[in-house]
Amino acid sequence: MQVNQFHSLFYAFTFYFFGLVAIASAIAFVTRKSPVAAAVWLVLVMFSLAALYVMLDAQFIGAIQVLVYTGAIMVVFLFVIMLLNLGNPSELADARGKWGYLAALLIGLVMLAEVMALTRSNTIDRMIPPDLAAKAAAAAAAPLAGGVIGPIAAPLFNEYLLAFELTSVLLLAAIVGAVVLSKRRTNAR
Amino acid sequence: MMHHTSLLLQVASGQLPPTMGWFVIFAIIKMLVAFGIYLVCVAYTTFAERRIAAWIQDRHGPNRVGPQGIFQVLADGVKNFMKEETLPGGANKVMFILAPALAFIPSLVTWAVIPFASPLPVPGVGLIDMVVANLPIGFLFTLSISSLGVYGLTIAGWSSNNKYALLGGLRASAQMISYEISMGMSTVCVLLLAGNVGLNEIITQQASQGWNVMLLTMAFFIFAVSSLAETNRVPFDLPEAESELVAGYHAEYSSMKYSMFPIAEYANIITASSLMVTLFFGGWDIPFTSWDNLPPWTALKTVLTMGLYVGKVMFFVFTFIWLRWTLPRFRYDQLMSIGWKVLLPMALVYITVVASLTLGLDAAGVVRTGMGFKAAMLGMNLVFVGLVFWVLDRGRIVSPAFSRIQRAEIAHLRAVSERSDLSNQQGT
Amino acid sequence: MLVEALALSAVLFTIGVIGVLTRRNAIIIFMCVELMLNAVNLSFVALSTLHGATGQVFVVFTMTVAAAEAAVGLAIIIAIFRHTQTVNLQNINILKG
Repeated sequence: MQVNQFHSLFYAFTFYFFGLVAIASAIAFVTRKSPVAAAVWLVLVMFSLAALYVMLDAQFIGAIQVLVYTGAIMVVFLFVIMLLNLGNPSELADARGKWGYLAALLIGLVMLAEVMALTRSNTIDRMIPPDLAAKAAAAAAAPLAGGVIGPIAAPLFNEYLLAFELTSVLLLAAIVGAVVLSKRRTNAR
Repeated sequence: MMHHTSLLLQVASGQLPPTMGWFVIFAIIKMLVAFGIYLVCVAYTTFAERRIAAWIQDRHGPNRVGPQGIFQVLADGVKNFMKEETLPGGANKVMFILAPALAFIPSLVTWAVIPFASPLPVPGVGLIDMVVANLPIGFLFTLSISSLGVYGLTIAGWSSNNKYALLGGLRASAQMISYEISMGMSTVCVLLLAGNVGLNEIITQQASQGWNVMLLTMAFFIFAVSSLAETNRVPFDLPEAESELVAGYHAEYSSMKYSMFPIAEYANIITASSLMVTLFFGGWDIPFTSWDNLPPWTALKTVLTMGLYVGKVMFFVFTFIWLRWTLPRFRYDQLMSIGWKVLLPMALVYITVVASLTLGLDAAGVVRTGMGFKAAMLGMNLVFVGLVFWVLDRGRIVSPAFSRIQRAEIAHLRAVSERSDLSNQQGT
Repeated sequence: MLVEALALSAVLFTIGVIGVLTRRNAIIIFMCVELMLNAVNLSFVALSTLHGATGQVFVVFTMTVAAAEAAVGLAIIIAIFRHTQTVNLQNINILKG
C-alpha cells in the first residue's frame, strides 16, 4: 500500500512537472522576438510532450515524437530560418494593434472556460460509458504482446491499410512539391 | 510450506526481479558506476586515438606524461580548464553557451539503453539487469536521442556570428540528418528478424538464431557506414575539416566549451560501436554456446559476458580510429549523394529482400533457429554482397582510383604524352 | 491522468491559436500551427488510454501529415522570400484590395 501511494504520488508529480514545463515553454515560444529562440522553446515543448506520451503508456509514440518532430521537423525549421538569415530579433512589434490583442484575449478566455468545464470530474465521468471504462481497465491490466510496436502495427496494417498507403502517396507528393518549389528558376534564354 | 521455502531460496540466491526500493537503489548505483566508467573511457579514447595514429604513422605518440603517457589525458584536462574562455563580440550569448551542452548531453544519454552483461544475481535482492535503463523501446531511444545531437552543431554554428561557422554547422547537420535515415532503415532489418525493439530481446534472438552480421550482412555494412557519417568521422568529416572551413562549426569556441565537442564526438563513437556490437554482433553473448543465455544466472556469467562485450566494443572503436588515419575524406557533394542515392535505396531494397525471404522461409516451414534458416540468409547475403560490390559498384566507390581507367584511355594518354614529350624533340 | 492530459492539450491549443493570431512572422505562425498539431496529438494519446491503440495509430498519421505539410509550407515560404525579401505577413498582401 505504501509503495502504491508513493508510486502514484511520484507519477502525479512527474506528470505535473512535464505539463508545467510544456505550458511555460509554449508561452515563452509564442512571445519570443527571435525566430531561432522561438524554435528552441518549441523543441522544449515537444520534448516534454514526448515525456508525457511515455507516461501515458505510448512509448513508441514518445520515441517517434522525438525522432520525427524534434529530430527532423524542427531541424528543417531551424535550417530555413538560418538560411534565410531571419534569426535576428524581429525589429517590428508583432501584435496587429489593440484589436488583435483583444481578440486573442477573448479566445483565450473562451478556451479557459472550456478547460474548466472539462476538468470538473463529473463531466468526464458522465461522458465515459461504463462498459468502455471496464474495457479500458482490462486493457490497462493486460501486458502488451509483441513489445510496444505490436499493438500499433497490427491495426496499421490491417484496418487502416488504405490510409497507410495513401499516406505514402501524400509523402511522395510533398517531397516532389518541396523540391520543385524551392528550386531556383533559371531563365532559359 | 514448500512453496514458501522455494521462494525464499529463490530470493536468497537472487534469481527473481528485485522489489521497487532495491530497484531504485541499484538504478542509482548503475547510473553512477556505468557513467563514471563511460566518461573515463571517453577520455582514454582520445589518448588511444593519438597512440594508434602514431603507430599507424610509424612514430611515437604521447609517451612522456606518466608511464607510457597514461596521464596525458589528465594534462589535457587541466590545460582545457586553464585556457581563456572567449565569447565573440556579436555572438548570441545564451545560444553560444547552450550549444556545447546540446551537443554533449545526447551523446552521453544514448548509451543508457545498451546492455553490457548478462543479468547479475545479487543475493537477497534479486536479478539486476546489466543495463542502465531497460526500456521497451530499445534502439528507437538511441536513434531518437542521437537525432537531437544535430541541434548542438546547428546552434553552435549560428550563434558564433561567423559565416564559416554557420556554413560548417549547416553542412554538419545536413549530413547527420541524411545518414540518420539510412541508419534507421538498416535497423528495421534487425527489427524484422527479432520482432522486438528491446535490446535485451535482440541479444536473446541473436543468441538463438545466430549473430545478425551473418544473417544481415548488408544491414551491418549500411549501419557501419551511416554511423561513421553520423559521428562526423573520416571519411565523412568534412564539416570539421580544418583545411577548408577553419574548423567549421566550433571555430569560435575555446577551452572547456570547445572540448565538449570532441568529447561528444568520442562519446558518439563509443555509442555507435556499442550499438553495432549489440545489434549485429550479439552484444554480450558468447558465441557457439547457450550457457550464458539460460538461467541460473551467476556472477561468473556476468563477468565473462561483460569482458567479451568490452572487447568487442574496443575492437570497433579501434576500427573507427584505424579508418580515420587510413582514408581520405569525401567531398561534400559526394558525401550527400552517397547518403541519399546509394545507401538509402540499398537499405530499402534490402528490407524488401529480407522480408520476402523471411516470409518465404516461414511459409516453407523452416525453423528460425535451425541451420537451414542460417544457410538461406547467408546465401542471400553472399549474393547481395557480390551484386553490390562487384557488379553495381564497378570500381567507383570501393576500388581504388586507378581501376577506373579503361585500357583505351591509358593508350590515349600514353600517345598524348609521347607527342608532347619535350625531351624527345629534335632540334630546339 | 486523462483529465489533466486533456486540459493540458486544450491549454497548448489555445496558446497556439493566440500565437497564430498575434504574430506577423510567417515562420513563427507556421510553428504555432505545429504546436496546435502537437496539442491534438496529446489528446489523441490521452484518449487512447481509454479506447485502445487506435488513437496511437492516428497519431502516426497526424505526424506524417504534419511532416509533409512542414516540408511543403517551408518551401512556399522560401519561394515567397525569394520574391518579396520578407516574411512579414503584413507586407505580403499583393492580392489585397
